[in-house]
Amino acid sequence: MRSFTYERASLAQEAAAKAQETPGAKFIAGGTNLLDLMKLEIETPQHLIDVNGLKFDKIEKTEDGGLRIGALVRNTALAADMRVRRDYGVLSRALLAGASGQLRNKATTAGNLLQRTRCPYFYDTNQPCNKRTPGSGCAAIAGYSRQLGVIGVSEACIATNPSDMAVAMRALDAEVETIDAAGRTRKIPIADFHRLPGDRPDLETTLSSGELITAVTLPPPLRGTHIYKKVRDRASYAFALVSVAAVLQRDGTGRLAVGGVAPKPWRIEKAEAELRGGAKPFSARLLADAKPTNENAFKVTLVERTVAAVMHEARQK
Amino acid sequence: MANPVESEVSRRGVLVGGTATAMIGVLPSGQGQAQPASSDAVRQGFEVSFEVNGKPYSLQLDTRTTLLDALREHIHLTGSKKGCDHGQCGACTVIVNGVRINSCLTLAVMHQDDRITTIEGLGTPEQLHPMQAAFIKHDGYQCGYCTPGQICSAVAVLDEIKAGIPSHVSADLTSPPELTNVEMRERMSGNICRCGAYSNIAEAIAEAAGSKT
Ligand SMILES: Cc1cc2nc3c(=O)[nH]c(=O)nc-3n(C[C@H](O)[C@H](O)[C@H](O)COP(=O)(O)OP(=O)(O)OC[C@H]3O[C@@H](n4cnc5c(N)ncnc54)[C@H](O)[C@@H]3O)c2cc1C
Ligand code: SF4
Ligand code: FES
Ligand code: FES
Repeated sequence: MRSFTYERASLAQEAAAKAQETPGAKFIAGGTNLLDLMKLEIETPQHLIDVNGLKFDKIEKTEDGGLRIGALVRNTALAADMRVRRDYGVLSRALLAGASGQLRNKATTAGNLLQRTRCPYFYDTNQPCNKRTPGSGCAAIAGYSRQLGVIGVSEACIATNPSDMAVAMRALDAEVETIDAAGRTRKIPIADFHRLPGDRPDLETTLSSGELITAVTLPPPLRGTHIYKKVRDRASYAFALVSVAAVLQRDGTGRLAVGGVAPKPWRIEKAEAELRGGAKPFSARLLADAKPTNENAFKVTLVERTVAAVMHEARQK
Repeated sequence: MANPVESEVSRRGVLVGGTATAMIGVLPSGQGQAQPASSDAVRQGFEVSFEVNGKPYSLQLDTRTTLLDALREHIHLTGSKKGCDHGQCGACTVIVNGVRINSCLTLAVMHQDDRITTIEGLGTPEQLHPMQAAFIKHDGYQCGYCTPGQICSAVAVLDEIKAGIPSHVSADLTSPPELTNVEMRERMSGNICRCGAYSNIAEAIAEAAGSKT
């Protein structure tokens, strides 16, 4: 690990200003992703701003009847909140399907949204990787790509976003609240939060330099059957090959976002018009532009089958 | 007070308020070359105070020191183990403010004023914690390397169930979770055992939990 200086932030705007003006500064929250990458010198911040002292650890009702989740609310606390369990079951389920008990106790809402890809070549500093070292090439495209993306990918990068939580938040139309160095706040719809790689896979979100996440808001509860189904190589403590976050209605309509297949939670609202026709037409529309490799082409079929399983489960409830 | 960091203290000759201050002249083990980010702040280290197993400690640490390395290399509590150093195995599990975490993926300087419990603080050879006793009775290990992490994790799991925290396998999200074998296995999935002592570990936890699996 490279050496760095460290400070504890106590005010949000100050933290954002400090992050913007200090070269090589980064926020640290739970540390479960950042420290992992710092040990491998994939992340090499020169200054860490510890945001754990900021008062963003509450889940509150919003005026319109939704929920405002503080950026520092731990994944365990969010999954266990009775309002989330009752009214946003898909989110509780997605969180509980991720990582381990120990990690969820540390991982924060903001940190989870910003966790970086698990592409094996991104982690292997001996390999070319456009995300880690822009312009160096992508070892994954002709390499071991079984776990990687099939849609939204580019010729520069085929990595997936590994977050389970974000897939549920996409189905729920969450918004990310931020504050910048000048004290300006804004709300970013989750659909616009993560960027597609294009020719700049190193740029992953639409956050500006120093911009600090303060909360994630959920709209009022969405009635219907909430399901999160994660398909992985072992039954627990593994990243998704494919995951589906769904809120389905009795009449066969609903919302459905897919994880494990793209650089961001993958949802196309227009494809949801096909849901009444079943998993096949829906998945065909959702993945119409898919560009899988030989090794991960199975994911296209797996999405359809997982969607079918989710629809079946919803009908049983 | 029997001082766990005596050698470092006398070497540096620093003592603060009855607790030990260890000036760290060397880098945390296995962490590559130092390339000071900027100032003296890096070289001087960063002061942090916390409580481990009921005793106060005050350390002057290289900011890179993980909580695990602080416990093992500086406070010399070597019960917590380093398996992967990347959050993947659970051997480093300790309980911080009542909550289990991977001590390898957190910086020591992030734990100002925290209360930390390691395997050494759960029980002693003379007075075992019920979970430790159950692991012995059921042979919940072979080589023993993962065991401190397994036990700390298991103790915290029972508290998590008591607190009503659901899991991936809980059938109903809104009713209180149960003490079943499937629940335990899911909740313990962050603790890997290369010797594969899982079935005995599950029996030990079931006994300590007072459940009939
Ligand atoms: C072994 C292992 C298995 C895992 N399995 C899964 C899994 O199955 N599913 C899953 O979804 N995840 C999984 N994870 C990832 C885990 O969910 C993330 O590491 C965690 O959510 C990151 O949160 P954190 O608070 O620790 O982030 P940190 O590591 O503290 O930060 C991550 C990034 O977010 C930035 N950041 C943090 N807070 C803010 C803020 N308020 N504003 C702006 N930027 C901020 C940091 O600068 C950093 O770049 C796994 C991790 C490990 C180690
Ligand atoms: S897929 Fe993306 S992250 Fe993986 S090696 Fe290629 S550029 Fe890097
Ligand atoms: S050493 Fe911390 S999880 Fe493996
Ligand atoms: S007892 Fe050997 S690793 Fe678990």
